[in-house]
Amino acid sequence: MGILEVKNVGKRFGGLQALGDVNLSVAENTVHAIIGPNGAGKSTLLNCLVGKLIPDTGSVMFDGQSVLGRKPFEINQMGISRVFQTPEIFGELTVMENMMIPCFAKRDGAFTPNAFIDMFKDREIVERAEQMLEEMNMADARNDNAATMSRGNKRRLEIGMCLAQEPRLLLLDEPTAGMARADTNNTIDLLKQIKDERDITISIIEHDMHVVFSLAERITVLAQGTPLVEDTPDNIKGHPKVREAYLGETQDAA
Amino acid sequence: MFGLDKKDTRLLILVAILVALAPFLLNPFPEGSAMAQFNAGYPDLMQRFVIFGIFAIGFNILFGLTGYLSFGHAAFLGVGSYAAIWMMKLLTMNVIPAIFVSVIVAGIFSLAVGWISLRRSGIYFSILTLAFAQMSYSLAYSVLTPITGGETGLQPKVNDPRVLDGALAEGATPKANLFGLEMGSSFEWSVGGWLFTFNAGYYLAAVVMLIAFYMSIRIFRSPFGMMLRAVKSNQQRLNYTGLNAKPYTLAAFVISGMYAGLAGGLMVAMDTQVGAERMFWTASGEVVLMSILGGVGTLIGPVLGAGAIKYMENILSKINKEILHQWFAFMPDGIEDILVSLVYPFIGKGWHLTLGIIFMLVVIFLPGGLVEGGQRVARLFKRKKPAEDGPDGKTTPAE
Repeated sequence: MGILEVKNVGKRFGGLQALGDVNLSVAENTVHAIIGPNGAGKSTLLNCLVGKLIPDTGSVMFDGQSVLGRKPFEINQMGISRVFQTPEIFGELTVMENMMIPCFAKRDGAFTPNAFIDMFKDREIVERAEQMLEEMNMADARNDNAATMSRGNKRRLEIGMCLAQEPRLLLLDEPTAGMARADTNNTIDLLKQIKDERDITISIIEHDMHVVFSLAERITVLAQGTPLVEDTPDNIKGHPKVREAYLGETQDAA
Repeated sequence: MFGLDKKDTRLLILVAILVALAPFLLNPFPEGSAMAQFNAGYPDLMQRFVIFGIFAIGFNILFGLTGYLSFGHAAFLGVGSYAAIWMMKLLTMNVIPAIFVSVIVAGIFSLAVGWISLRRSGIYFSILTLAFAQMSYSLAYSVLTPITGGETGLQPKVNDPRVLDGALAEGATPKANLFGLEMGSSFEWSVGGWLFTFNAGYYLAAVVMLIAFYMSIRIFRSPFGMMLRAVKSNQQRLNYTGLNAKPYTLAAFVISGMYAGLAGGLMVAMDTQVGAERMFWTASGEVVLMSILGGVGTLIGPVLGAGAIKYMENILSKINKEILHQWFAFMPDGIEDILVSLVYPFIGKGWHLTLGIIFMLVVIFLPGGLVEGGQRVARLFKRKKPAEDGPDGKTTPAE
């Protein structure tokens, strides 16, 4: 049984059946990629996992507990962290403050009215945040405004913020979308390093096949709201159904 | 000191000194001189400076940190005022219970209003708070007349119960006091041509303002304050970082409502009367102007903004045509008349015009408010000195 179990999940927007009948099992400590052409329902599926959308049918179980009906912050506190397509960070805050927020969230929970302590005198949090910045190679930038960083560094910071919470499942929504090749490769290296060094399950939605095949151990192909195949990268590469989904009708040679 | 770092301690001490010496600083011109009308060192105005300073400091905790723009904060000020005056009618003319209860009542009221209004954000939140404030105003003005005195408002009467106070002497009127020290009592000191007034009420309000200011610094520097800034910066990321934005914003809303209630209570302590117009939407708008004019999200900005607006309201509005003629008397007659008619629309009742122009100039050229103006001037003076920021690893939003 996987850490994330999606069973018979369906979601309809008006006349559009975004997700038909999705079954998915993500095994613990693996990198599981979900790929598919535009409009396949990848983002809808992801939004159903993190509480942004509630599926019409089916169940989503994380580590034996249902996530359905829970708010995004509650699901995050269960151990699911999400990286967005465009990096979502606190632009007006400094890099250090950005990193301290998830550290507080991890230790103190969803709400703590600690209005009368100086945040920089909380040694435990400061040390943890500094350590995470070191790991992300961002210690030099700690006093910069996060909004002034390059896109690649924002992505790095966002991933670091997610890791600071020590999540059990890290969800990435097209983490290299819109990135230059060099930034894409840096992100791949970073994710490889995370996978090697930590006990963490990574689920990644991606367009870029280069990224997918460099990282994934299992791949699920989604088309028109239903999973087409699930297999290892090597088997997926040559799979006729996948080609069909990406390239349209296969033309019969005959 | 008091758990503040060096920079903040310096700021707090500076503000404390300025507030303590205000009767001197605001009265730079000798009595009877042509410039004496620019003196602001009289009790009534000084009290307004600090009371509206408190109001703006509290408003800034909500608007400056979370970015939620409330257009109904005057309602909390009004509710605080009514609570205070009822304490004076029922319990005692001592201002302590009045101030204390005004904070509590405003806090409870803002909890209810915030609970509902914070279901929406952005302009919808602003409209909801505005609606609540206008409802409160209408209720106070008409329906709730038995409690609020309606159009005439409320003031302590000789025959109010006041269970804690002894009977008033024959012919005496009830006066707000602090354990016998009347709020209206002043010590006047005449030196040369100058007259300095030290008013008991002002100093009480000033001490309360310093405490309120200190607490706001603590909130700004706390993890709670950082979460509030995170709400403003990116609520989506906050939610997906396992933090529940709602209680944070609600807490900020209630805190700022309590500050408004405190200001309302102090207003009653200084001048024992309340009218519904205190809750009118223009009063809510005024505190928004104060925050923006001084510098949103900065520590001292709102206090500066409050001071600037109250100064203009009370000083500019007093200048009239005769005074203008005196000023320009040295000019030839024709030019004098032209100058007077040019300047006239901006003074007296036209002071709002001046305020509007200054406000526009500040928003366009100094988006950070008067604080940014101050920082730019300071930078000009110490251009050669290398920057000192950063070594302690702290960055402050501004001061």
